Amino acid sequence: MGKVFRFGEDVNTDEIIPGRYNVTTDPKALADHCFFEVRPDFCKNVNSGDFIVAGENFGCGSSREHAPIAIKASGVKAVIAKSFARIFYRNCINIGLPIMISDELYDVIEDGDEIDVNLKEGKIKILKNGKELRSQRFPEFILKIIDAGGIVNFLKNHDIGELEDGI
Amino acid sequence: MGTIAEEIFSKKLSRDVSAGEIVLVDIDVTMSHDNTTPLAIKALRNTGKPLFDKNRVVVIFDHVQPPASVESATLQKEVLQFIKKEGIKNFFREGICHQVLVEKGFVLPGRVIIGGDSHTCTYGALGAFGTGVGSTDIGVSYATGKNWFRVPETFYFDVNGSFNKGVYPKDLILKIIGKVGARGATYKACEFGGETIENMALGDRLTLTNMAIEMGGKTGLIKTDKITENFLKSRGYPYQEIVPKDPNYEKVFEFNVDDLTPQLAVSPKVDNVYPVEKYEGTEVDEVFIGTCTNGRIEDLEIAARMFKGKKLSPLLKTIIVPASNEVYFEAMNRGYIKIFMDAGAMVCNPGCGPCIGRHQGVIAPGDRALTTMNRNFVGRMGSDKGEIIIASPATAAATALNGKITDPREVI
Ligand code: SF4
Repeated sequence: MGKVFRFGEDVNTDEIIPGRYNVTTDPKALADHCFFEVRPDFCKNVNSGDFIVAGENFGCGSSREHAPIAIKASGVKAVIAKSFARIFYRNCINIGLPIMISDELYDVIEDGDEIDVNLKEGKIKILKNGKELRSQRFPEFILKIIDAGGIVNFLKNHDIGELEDGI
Repeated sequence: MGTIAEEIFSKKLSRDVSAGEIVLVDIDVTMSHDNTTPLAIKALRNTGKPLFDKNRVVVIFDHVQPPASVESATLQKEVLQFIKKEGIKNFFREGICHQVLVEKGFVLPGRVIIGGDSHTCTYGALGAFGTGVGSTDIGVSYATGKNWFRVPETFYFDVNGSFNKGVYPKDLILKIIGKVGARGATYKACEFGGETIENMALGDRLTLTNMAIEMGGKTGLIKTDKITENFLKSRGYPYQEIVPKDPNYEKVFEFNVDDLTPQLAVSPKVDNVYPVEKYEGTEVDEVFIGTCTNGRIEDLEIAARMFKGKKLSPLLKTIIVPASNEVYFEAMNRGYIKIFMDAGAMVCNPGCGPCIGRHQGVIAPGDRALTTMNRNFVGRMGSDKGEIIIASPATAAATALNGKITDPREVI
C-alpha cells in the first residue's frame, strides 16, 4: 500500500531530473533532486512504497537513465501511466523500475489517494472505494528481463540469445 | 519488402521482418557521450562480461566540453580511464556526437546504430537505423554486441512544394510536430519523402530526422539517393541503396511547403507551434545558434549573410556554436567566424553549448532565449523560470539583429 503522487501528461526527463543535476551516478544523490523544480514536495515527502501516476507519454525527452534511477532510488514502487515514452520505457525495464500501463487509473485517481498494487498479476486496487483495475500485460520477451530484475541481472546468468528462445 | 525500417532489419537478419516483431540484432555502432557513458560503464561492469568489440564503440565528449565543474571533470576522467584501459580508438572531442558520427563515416546506409542520446534518430537521413537508448542498453551492447528492438510501424510524411525565401526545413519540421503533437508518433519510425525532401541537401535532411524524437518517434528515416551517395563517396565512404519497397504505412501525412511561413515553438512544449508573426516584437535576452539540429555550415551561412557588416546589441547574449570542428574550420575559411565576432556574437568551441543548460550561455530567471535547439522544456537551458523559444537559424539571426522576435523575411 502506498500514496499516489499524481502528475500530468507528457512529464519529461528535464522535469524528473534537470540536466545540471546529472553530474553524478549515485542513485541517492539523484533521488535528492527528483522533480526538484516542478514539484519540490515530491523529494521531501515521498516514502518507500509510494506510487507515481501520470497520463500519456511519461518520461519523454532525453535518454538520460538518471531519470528512472532517480525515481527508483526515491523509493517509488511503480510508475503507472497511460503510456510511456519509448526510451524511458526501455530504461525502466532495463534497470528494474516497475512500470504499469493503465488507461483508467489516471482519470479516476487523485493526488494523495492510496493504492495497493500486485505487480505480478497486474492488479491495482484503489483503497478509498475498493475499485480494482488491471494493467496491460508485457510481451514474453520483456517479462524475461523484468523477472530477472533488469537486463544487467539477466546477463549475469544468461546469454543475450536466450531472450529470443521461446518467442 | 517494406518500409525503410523493415528493409534495414530484413537486410540485417537476412530474412523478411515486419513491423511488430521483436528482433535481436548485431549493433554496428554503439555511441555514447560524456553524460551517458559513466552509467554505461557501470552497466557493463555489473554484467561481469568483458567489452565485446571495442571497434564498434564510439565515445564522444560534447555535452559539457571542456568540463565546466569539478563534478563533470571527475566523471569525464573516469570515462577516459575506461577508454585507455579498453583501448577504444574511436574517441573524439571535436563537436556534437551526431555531427561527428556522420562526418567520420560511422553512419552508413543499412547500419543499425544505438546511441546513449535521444537524438540518435538523426542518422536515418543517411538510410541508417539510429535510435536513442539509455546507458544500460549501451552497456548491454558493450557486453554482447547485440540488442533487441521491436520493429516499428511507420508514419510517412509526404512533403511537396518549394520553400519561400526566408523559410527553411526547420520551419517545416516545427510545423509537422505542431500538427502531429509531442507524442503523436510515439514508437513509430518517421519516414520523410516527396519532392521537397528529394531536393533537400543532406545537412537539411539531418535537421528533419533529428527532430523525429520530438513527436515521440523511434527514428527518422529518409531513403538514400544521389545526394546521399555523393555525400558518402566524396568522403570515401561506402554507399548502398536503402529504399522502401511496397511499403505499408500505418499513417500518411501530407504537407505542402509552398505556403509555409517561419514558425516558432514556444515554451514549454515543442508542439506549441505558431507562425512567427504571432510573437513578433517580443523581446529576448539570448539568441543561440547551434546544436545537432542547426549547427551546420548551411545554418551558419544563413546567420553570416544576415550579420555581415551589422552590429548586435551587447545587452543581448548572442551565442554561436558550430556543431563540429569541421564546421568550425569551414566557417573560418569562408570568413563567417570573423563576421560573427565583428558583429559582437560570442563564438564558442564546437559541442552542445548551452543546449543542456550547464555552460556557455545558461539562462537566468526571467530570461527569454530564442534558439535553434530542438527542445524547449522548462529548465533545459538553466533556470526553470526562464523561457525557451525554438526557431530556424534565419529567425534566430533576425531576432539577434533586432533584440526582439523578428520575421526573417523582413531582414533577408
Ligand atoms: S546539441 Fe543538444 S540536443 Fe543535440 S546532442 Fe547536444 S545536448 Fe543533445
